[in-house]
Amino acid sequence: MTFNIYDFTSFNQWIDKTLYDNLPSFWALIIEMTLIGVAFLLFYAVIGLFLVYAERKVCAFIQNRVGPNRVGPYGIFQTIADFIKLLMKEIIPINNADKFLFNLAPFIVIIASFMAIAAIPFGKGLHAIDFNIGIFYVMAVSSLGVVGILLAGWSSNNKYSLIGAMRSGAQIVSYELSVGLSMVTMVILAGSMQLSEIVEAQRNGWFIFTGHIPAFIAFVIFLIASTAETNRGPFDLAEAESELTAGFHTEYSGIKFAFFFLAEYMNMFIVASIAATIFWGGWMPLHIGGWVGFNHAMDFIPPFFWYMGKTLIVIFLMMWFKWTFPRLRIDQLLKLEWKYLLPINLFNIILMALVVLMGWHF
Amino acid sequence: MSSESLILFFIVAVVLVGGALIFSSLVPAKSFNPAKSEPYECGIPTQGKTWLQFNVGYYLFAILFLVFDVETVFLFPWAVIMKTVGMAAFIEIMIFFLILGLGLLYAWKKHALIWE
Repeated sequence: MTFNIYDFTSFNQWIDKTLYDNLPSFWALIIEMTLIGVAFLLFYAVIGLFLVYAERKVCAFIQNRVGPNRVGPYGIFQTIADFIKLLMKEIIPINNADKFLFNLAPFIVIIASFMAIAAIPFGKGLHAIDFNIGIFYVMAVSSLGVVGILLAGWSSNNKYSLIGAMRSGAQIVSYELSVGLSMVTMVILAGSMQLSEIVEAQRNGWFIFTGHIPAFIAFVIFLIASTAETNRGPFDLAEAESELTAGFHTEYSGIKFAFFFLAEYMNMFIVASIAATIFWGGWMPLHIGGWVGFNHAMDFIPPFFWYMGKTLIVIFLMMWFKWTFPRLRIDQLLKLEWKYLLPINLFNIILMALVVLMGWHF
Repeated sequence: MSSESLILFFIVAVVLVGGALIFSSLVPAKSFNPAKSEPYECGIPTQGKTWLQFNVGYYLFAILFLVFDVETVFLFPWAVIMKTVGMAAFIEIMIFFLILGLGLLYAWKKHALIWE
């Protein structure tokens, strides 16, 4: 067995082979499934907790504050303490709420975000499922979250929740288009929807560099639209604190509220990792043509760290947006999408098709 | 891993949420108070019905979304083979976009893209 931090393919095959050689195939399958399930659950929880902490720190520094600094060094255990607190809180039932839908909503948002990370390639051979329709799958599954949000708002028997959910529905379905179309733009360049192949196609240069102007336009649109799709500021109309108290999750308490919070951060992670994968080369290291020594030094950094670094940079950009721009009004929000982003995106697809057709890309 | 293992991810997510919900419905201390279960509305009792008629604008955008989302679904297979098919694919998608663009223009002129 060779454990190679640069390529997990042989390691995965070794685990697979050892299990199937030593155990009946049914139990081997069960154990393999359990291992993957536990690994992803841990990853999901750690990323969720880390992002909440990161958001609070980034927000604090942008607002010239210190942020959480009491629990643990630099407050790094703050979110864990918060999580335990939320877990120990009583879940308050709401009068006249639709009980079944009220309880179903957190399930849907978590399922949508948890299933989406199944297809994301974290490194060479480091993905749960390598679909041939990977990018399409991620888009399809992550957009299911809006159903959870709509149900949450509808079933709460609260006017703020209902308004928040309706706004959120209109917003997410609108910006879904721009996210999808900017993905189409990059699929034209990659010629594949399989995420591992898209990454592999960027071995000689990340798409944001090789794709010329259309790739850059697509990235900007993707960033704006995915910020809106994850319901984050400046597009957080669904939970606008100053007008709707907390929007669709006003009536949720304790751990149920925590799940909405977690799903929001995980959705942010998913869109950021998709951005990193299709625009910034996924786990491919940075190479500059001709700089042999530099390229070797970059190759030395394991793919997983490249991947996480790019993802975290995109997440940082999204946090920066949130704490910099004022919130949009709903008419401005819909105007931005339907009158600007959508037509620009359609022209951008034609431009990209032309670039690919003429061979103008590198 | 084959795509059947998606069921695994579904099950893990359900177990995660279900487990936590069961835990926090059993373990934490509970207290009852008639005012506690009231839906929040600025601290006063709720006025009137909550589930009432809603602005039709949201519905319009949902229909527009449906049109354009189906179009995105059509674009994905085209995008994959664009590189190999070449010119023919480009011309065909231009015709497709022309029809689509007319649709968008119609919606624009009918003021369907404005929030009222």
